[in-house]
Amino acid sequence: MSHSIYEGGLRSWITTVDHKRIGVMYFVAAGVFFFIGGVEALLIRLQLGSPESTLISSDLYSQLFTMHGTTMVFLVVMPLGSAFFNFLIPLQIGARDVAFPRLNAFSFWIFLFAGLFLNSSFLFGGAPDAGWFGYANLTSTQYSAGIRIDFWVLGLSLLGVSSIASALNFIVTIINLRAPGMRLMRMPPFTWMTLITSFLMILAFPTITIGLVMLLFDRNFGTNFFNPAAGGDVLLWQHLFWIFGHPEVYILILPAFGVISEVIPTFSRKTLYGYPFIIYSGILIAFLGFGVWAHHMFAVGLGPIANSVFSAATMLIAIPTGVKIFNWIATMWGGRLRLDTPLYFAIGFITLFIIGGLSGVMHSSPPTDLQQTDTYFVVAHFHYVLFGGTVFALFAGLYYWIPKVTGRLLHEGLGKLHFWMMFISFNVTFFPMHYLGMHGMPRRTFTYLPGLGFDLMNLVSTAGSLVLGASMLVFVWNLMRSLRRGPPAGRNPWGAATLEWTLTSPPPHYNFRTIPEVRARDPLWREDGVELGPEDSTVPEPVMPSPSAWPIMLALGPVIAATGTLVSSLPMALAGLAVLVASIYGWAFQPLER
Amino acid sequence: MNEASRGRCTVPWRNLFAILVVALIAAGCGGPYAQSAMQPASEIAQRLQDLFETIFWWAVAVFVIVQGALVVTVLKFRAGRRQDAVHSPKHVHGNTLVELAWTLAPAVVLVIIAVPTISTIWEVDLPTTDPDALVIEVVGHQWWWEFRYPELDIVTANEFHIPQGRMIDLRLTSADVIHSFWIPRLAGKRDVVPGRENILWFAADSVGIFIGQCAEFCGLSHALMKLEVVVDAPAEFASWARRQGRPAESLDEGDPLAALAAEGKDVMMRAGCIACHRIDGTPAQGVLGPDLSHVGSRRTIAAGILENTPENVERWLRNPGAVKPGALMPDLQLTEEDVRSLTAYLSSLK
Amino acid sequence: MDMHPTTTGVPNRKVLMWTFIGSECMLFGTLIASYLAYRGRSVVGPYPEELVNIPFITVTTFVLLMSSLAMVLALSAVQRGDRRGTIIWLAATAVLGLIFLGGQYLEFSHFVHEGLGLSRNLFSATFYLLTGTHGAHVLIGVIWLSSLLGMELRGNLGAEKAEIVEVAGLYWHFVDVVWIVLFTVIYLLV
Repeated sequence: MSHSIYEGGLRSWITTVDHKRIGVMYFVAAGVFFFIGGVEALLIRLQLGSPESTLISSDLYSQLFTMHGTTMVFLVVMPLGSAFFNFLIPLQIGARDVAFPRLNAFSFWIFLFAGLFLNSSFLFGGAPDAGWFGYANLTSTQYSAGIRIDFWVLGLSLLGVSSIASALNFIVTIINLRAPGMRLMRMPPFTWMTLITSFLMILAFPTITIGLVMLLFDRNFGTNFFNPAAGGDVLLWQHLFWIFGHPEVYILILPAFGVISEVIPTFSRKTLYGYPFIIYSGILIAFLGFGVWAHHMFAVGLGPIANSVFSAATMLIAIPTGVKIFNWIATMWGGRLRLDTPLYFAIGFITLFIIGGLSGVMHSSPPTDLQQTDTYFVVAHFHYVLFGGTVFALFAGLYYWIPKVTGRLLHEGLGKLHFWMMFISFNVTFFPMHYLGMHGMPRRTFTYLPGLGFDLMNLVSTAGSLVLGASMLVFVWNLMRSLRRGPPAGRNPWGAATLEWTLTSPPPHYNFRTIPEVRARDPLWREDGVELGPEDSTVPEPVMPSPSAWPIMLALGPVIAATGTLVSSLPMALAGLAVLVASIYGWAFQPLER
Repeated sequence: MNEASRGRCTVPWRNLFAILVVALIAAGCGGPYAQSAMQPASEIAQRLQDLFETIFWWAVAVFVIVQGALVVTVLKFRAGRRQDAVHSPKHVHGNTLVELAWTLAPAVVLVIIAVPTISTIWEVDLPTTDPDALVIEVVGHQWWWEFRYPELDIVTANEFHIPQGRMIDLRLTSADVIHSFWIPRLAGKRDVVPGRENILWFAADSVGIFIGQCAEFCGLSHALMKLEVVVDAPAEFASWARRQGRPAESLDEGDPLAALAAEGKDVMMRAGCIACHRIDGTPAQGVLGPDLSHVGSRRTIAAGILENTPENVERWLRNPGAVKPGALMPDLQLTEEDVRSLTAYLSSLK
Repeated sequence: MDMHPTTTGVPNRKVLMWTFIGSECMLFGTLIASYLAYRGRSVVGPYPEELVNIPFITVTTFVLLMSSLAMVLALSAVQRGDRRGTIIWLAATAVLGLIFLGGQYLEFSHFVHEGLGLSRNLFSATFYLLTGTHGAHVLIGVIWLSSLLGMELRGNLGAEKAEIVEVAGLYWHFVDVVWIVLFTVIYLLV
């Protein structure tokens, strides 16, 4: 891959403020964390492949399932979403970059450092081990001695900063940097979903930030936020966590809905059916998503009123979610379906998301949920929606947009092999878990006794997981092969409708030499849908923001401060604060373009 | 569909796929599942299962319809091998009426599910009104269950007995972290939360043993925190309750293990056990660990994970931490003789 | 900057600050909700009613409100190109903010002296976390305003100074509004 926008050594990557490069960095980092989280999952499955296995100790197992969840949610799916937001949003709205390019770079670097910080815990006394949800009061110093939980609290706090900064950036970008004529209801669905997701992020993360601060204080400064003996309520943690946690899962799925809402029309050669409904249902999901959090707490004993209200709200949110599926099918109906790999993954996504959504409806009924919650049934549910849903959809997006990023096509045969391996092994791995849950296997258990009927299904699931892991290698191979000798993609290999496909693959570093003027939705599919300006030297090359070292410097500050807090070193914490403050001033006094 | 596109067709794959799907669905059927929610043994568990089945069959119907529509659409509209660039499908932007219809249809299904859901919530979440209910206080610990019968002055651990057919009114709390009390065949689960009292009630239909497990991650031995409820016929329950309410009888003089058990009792009293354990009728009155007054009569030890045999008791005494990671019972560094005699004593406490 | 003018006509920095304020509403909302959830649940004293000094806090609240007035005047001066006015009113805002913080420090010292350390009870935990977070926001505001003041004194606040001061003003007013809510919830509802 020898295109000028990716050329340059380490220094040019470290100081880049180009959204396209930042997107690529997010993708690579997410890929590495996906590998780590995947290994954690495989170890879990190997341990559970047989009853009373002694392969993995209970202590290591607790770390594995905690880190698997934390990694997949915060270090894989969210950054992968960011990779897409970063590369695509300016291109889709006809802009040259995001509103705050240095803030964008900062978001990446603090995410990367936070991920490294969190994973370094394995080397320093053990990884966090109280689950990705860290319920009080198991996380108190009394029941979780050492610094594992502090690693978790500080790591997640840093990640929250990254997400909020990134979301703020995309909100301003989408609101304020659209090309002339790109009215809100002409924006691509992916851009819309990014906007909605960004609002969810800035509104949901503050709540968990407070919860994490309270936990940090309980553990390090002797407060009693979650200490029942002092009048504290351990359930406060659960409320704070899930008020964040539920919108979080919509943060994880809405970008996937956005991707599918572009892949399906493109490969059906037919415009998205019911575009307004898709947009409004996305907005409605975001609103309602803040009102269902206690459906994670149906077994806690909140009482019939709370349980009824949250049950009704949860069922309600199924409607805008499900309606999208009908819109997608209606888009394909009457179309001319080009069954390439992106469409395979989109169809696979719909199938698996229906299943995951339906098991979610089962969970929405508290009495039913009293048997299902905290068992392998819910493990099946969320893997169907998060993996079968988001991950499949993001793969559809990768196969769709990677040619735009690299300038080369991926191999169709390998793509379809990847799909079938992944689709089949995914179901073999996770479908049996519905039964395991209903037959009485709780989750987060490092082993189980024989004779309960769990043995065969666990073995089958483990076998599936190994093939699932292997299927990822097919994708990696495809990508490597394509980078070396994939055929040139050209500007619009799929005949798609949105603005990014008017540019070269990959685009020049300024994206649009002349900002286009948009006249319709699906601009490339309409007569006179867009007016593109000259790309040649009749127009002077746009001046772009200069590279800057301040974003990575600023990202170091909080990480140093966090490390200082972790090891109870006030000097180090203050040093981190000093780096933070100095970097802010350095940044503020450095002009954006030089 | 013409011959040219058939070459790319997935016919052999589709058969395999169908077989796989059926296999996956059938996988859950059959077999004895001792801890299964799908084999209810109480009225409330049956109602939960009925509600589940209602929702389940609606879900199956929705899946068949929607997935069916998807499959039909994909098969019907896939492009032929020869891609004619000229033909472009007509863009359909939507039809408000259709979209409203398919918004209302799921809403109707959800209402159908919501009605029995809400009515069941209002039953399950309110305390029982049965005046004859037997109140049992349950306290979750890391990693064992404590049971107290206030009306009968009984304290026991991990295995508790109830009379068949009688309403059992559980009052749940925790002594340390959050656990979850779950006996799937008898009732849904309920978390046990420190600083809070939760309720759970059920009446067992039939005599037998029903097993359960902690269902909220609570630390290193969460997976090894099981529990058993023994449903006795009323007469048997009464005699169990009487025995539990009194100190265990010592072995007869003539019993071959009597001497060993007596030595074991001495070990018990001097080796530090009394700091945590209670044995009715002895100076051991500790409350930190399980009550051992009748531990010999239990079917299992170590919270349901080991059969109550002398070998297993010895194994536990030699190194509790090896059986249950993180166990709060320290390794007492007992000699082999002490282990044997202590085992004999504990086994004698029926 | 080579980017075209903003779609809404509102400068990017202003949209950013408003959106950030939205996020901060959730932050303070969570803190306030937690404070309210734990009201009356402290197992040991000292309790709020024994400690709060409403007259004192009314004075510091008044000081903070006056600082918002000073901020308005500072912005007006900047928009008029009145350099002297800008300097005076920016300084006044920062000084009043500092006085408010001084008042907070005095109050905290008094509470600690009466036995309310951070880890004392639920009131201490929620009170110090809530007002401490607010105080930290005030401090950041004071530092920011002082920096702007310093730049204006050296004459390099730049052509976009009106926009920058306006955005700082938005932040400052928000922090003030949060205090009004805190004052009501903590002191008037005691």
